[in-house]
Amino acid sequence: MARVGVFICHCGSNIAGVVDCAAVASAARRMPGVVHAEENNYACSEVGQAAIRTAIKEHRLNRVVVASCSPRMHEPTFRRTVAMAGLNRYLMEMANIREHVSWVHGDDKPAATGKAIDSVRMAVAKVIRDERLTPGKVGITKRALVIGGGIAGIQAALDIANAGHEVILVEREPTIGGRMAQLDKTFPTLDCSACILTPRMVEVGQHPKIRLATTAQVEKVSGFVGNFEVTIRHRAKRVDHSVCTGCGTCWQKCPEKVPSEFDSGLGKRTCIYIPFPQAVPNKPVIDWANCRYQRYLAASGAEKKPPQCRICEKLCPAGAIRFQDEDSVVTEQVGAIVVSTGFQAFDHSAYPEYGGGRYKDVISCLQLERLLCASGPTGGEVVRPSDGKHPKTVVFVSCVGSRDDRVGRPYCSKVCCMYMAKQTILLKEHDPEVQAYVFYIDIRAGGKDFEEFVRRSQEEYGALWLRGRVAKVYEEDGKLIVRGEDSLVGRPVEVAADLVVLATGIEPSAGADALARTLGVSYNDYGFIVEAHPKLRPLESNTDGIFLAGTVSGPRDIPETVAQGSGAAAKVIGLLNQDELVTDPMVSRVDPLRCSGCLSCREVCPFDAIGSELLRDGRTAAKVNESSCKGCGLCVVTCRSGAMNLRGFTDQQLLAEVVAITR
Amino acid sequence: MAQSTADTPRTRAGQVEPTAIWQPRLVGFLCNWCSFAGADMAGTSRLTYPAAIRIIRVPCTGRVDPLFVAKAFQRGADGVLVAGCHPGDCHYAEGNYYMRRRYVLLRDLLEFLGIERERFHLEWVSASEGKKFARVVSEFTSQVAALGPREPPRQGPTELEAGTSNE
Repeated sequence: MARVGVFICHCGSNIAGVVDCAAVASAARRMPGVVHAEENNYACSEVGQAAIRTAIKEHRLNRVVVASCSPRMHEPTFRRTVAMAGLNRYLMEMANIREHVSWVHGDDKPAATGKAIDSVRMAVAKVIRDERLTPGKVGITKRALVIGGGIAGIQAALDIANAGHEVILVEREPTIGGRMAQLDKTFPTLDCSACILTPRMVEVGQHPKIRLATTAQVEKVSGFVGNFEVTIRHRAKRVDHSVCTGCGTCWQKCPEKVPSEFDSGLGKRTCIYIPFPQAVPNKPVIDWANCRYQRYLAASGAEKKPPQCRICEKLCPAGAIRFQDEDSVVTEQVGAIVVSTGFQAFDHSAYPEYGGGRYKDVISCLQLERLLCASGPTGGEVVRPSDGKHPKTVVFVSCVGSRDDRVGRPYCSKVCCMYMAKQTILLKEHDPEVQAYVFYIDIRAGGKDFEEFVRRSQEEYGALWLRGRVAKVYEEDGKLIVRGEDSLVGRPVEVAADLVVLATGIEPSAGADALARTLGVSYNDYGFIVEAHPKLRPLESNTDGIFLAGTVSGPRDIPETVAQGSGAAAKVIGLLNQDELVTDPMVSRVDPLRCSGCLSCREVCPFDAIGSELLRDGRTAAKVNESSCKGCGLCVVTCRSGAMNLRGFTDQQLLAEVVAITR
Repeated sequence: MAQSTADTPRTRAGQVEPTAIWQPRLVGFLCNWCSFAGADMAGTSRLTYPAAIRIIRVPCTGRVDPLFVAKAFQRGADGVLVAGCHPGDCHYAEGNYYMRRRYVLLRDLLEFLGIERERFHLEWVSASEGKKFARVVSEFTSQVAALGPREPPRQGPTELEAGTSNE
């Protein structure tokens, strides 16, 4: 006989301000099976939970309904509460009367109360049909996978490895380092970016617990928290890194030059190359699509063949060139995954009015970063890409691909104001004659020493910050005319510039959405991965065991990204330090007496969790492997004989909910 | 429990009180990972939408048995909404595809039974799409409201039961 207790949380005024909780309680008291209903100011507080435990004892409750916030928020809390009072923790259901009622129906209080009562009615109908469940246990693979070797991934990998767990660090490019490696200096301290980053990169390369896989990509992920199986494609490097000494002969002699990705297209690199001198691993790869020998092979049969080249092969003292190398695909077992795939700069060609791509001297901030950098394509000389002259008037255009609905980027990229301030300072230090103008919408300088830094740009370095949008950039007499407005004085402004720098915003790196789908985590409209909770679980995805670090989940600066790398690592270490994991008992179950043995369930199961067994009477019946079952319920709906059911979401429970709200 | 709450004037099919503002009765099956979270997001963002919908949480839209939908209509629901993860985003890889196929068949079957297509709706709402959830519910509510209450069930033996016709 069910003895249900209903607890209606006020959540201060969050619920009680809209829903008539007393009316809900009195309605609950008249529901079948309910022996007790009470209101509670904050059910999740220690006092509130104690009241629930007391009521369980006092009224000999054997089922509990908590009507409060979303079960996605506090289901684990109240499961623990009832467990502490001696009830099986799965004999508790929640009615979501905050997110689904009071917060959305504040404009119609009576209707909100009616909906809250129905929500409780459904939860009561469901909880009566709940049964005692016991979680199982599985072992954990004590190894972590980090996807993306920028500063976030580097930090996460190092912290996990230093705690004693093995790490596989997968990076798509030929080197780790990510975007931070491309920067000259960092704001607001003007630390040399490479000087603080490269020691970390070397540490990763030498760490005995870290296995580094560059030019590699994650193709498939299966399994679940504690036991993932990951398929990794290692793209052919065509250089045997176990033999190569990194002497550099090959990339000095390679005759084929292509634009360098690392220098944002401003410089050239050879076809067998390391992206930059401090690359880790410091061994080259062959860019096969552009390789002359590849073109020679592709032209086989053609009358006029291009030259074979093969210069790198001839010159390599170690004999490390492997033209015939092919991609290899390997599977790895890991217990936890950190996603740190970072960002890319917004493509400014979406703004034809600024002339990026059309005028050579309209460049992106990342390109300016390469020009400022001593190891950049010009050796740290800031020169115009068109004629190699030193620009004296430089205009910055802010929010290119930020805070603009027109290009589908309504969010603020958070770092642009600060890096513009940095670049105005660096420009002046490179050449005291430079006058910088910055067109901005608002100066966003929230952070330690940030505001002071912007003031330095304005006061010490004389950069002119003009509040207003730029309408157009056009060429006239060898100058770039930037036409905008100064909204503070309310009139149009024109500046004749030598160089225009577009402050491009942050967007998720290409393919981040595809990776999110591979991982089975959700992402928002822009492709940033969604956190399990934006405030309280910022480092977790909504799939257990998959953690987030850095700009993969939104724009961030370097310190925040590093903090997230360490934070995600702490989460991983906490997970991998356990010896076994408790599994969710809300999985499928077969009634062998009803099972006809058709095994349609096996066909639909996405997790290969269903096998078959031979019963003693000679029939075949489906059998659920409870440690692989994830509780989706596909098999239940597919089962023709009604032999399959899902614990915690049985047909009877869901039908009872339907019945409870329809008449 | 046939007790009506004073606030939401409800009607059984065929008993429309002319003075009361008629509100449809909607049942929403939301998958736990995307749409239920999306509905949470609508709440967290303090959006508003009509209170006519009652939400049932399921692990996945692939868990929604056509029987649940049929049961809701049989018991007098004016509309049923099923919402889940966008194609390709299913937490269980492919559950929403099963729902999508079932939806097409079930919609036709319901129409055959005299339940207008507009009363049964499938939508993709992700965990971050609180706004979309609010919009979907608002639109679906007015769509069903425009149809009015369901036709009263036919009285007496149907033609099928009488064995005279196969309609």
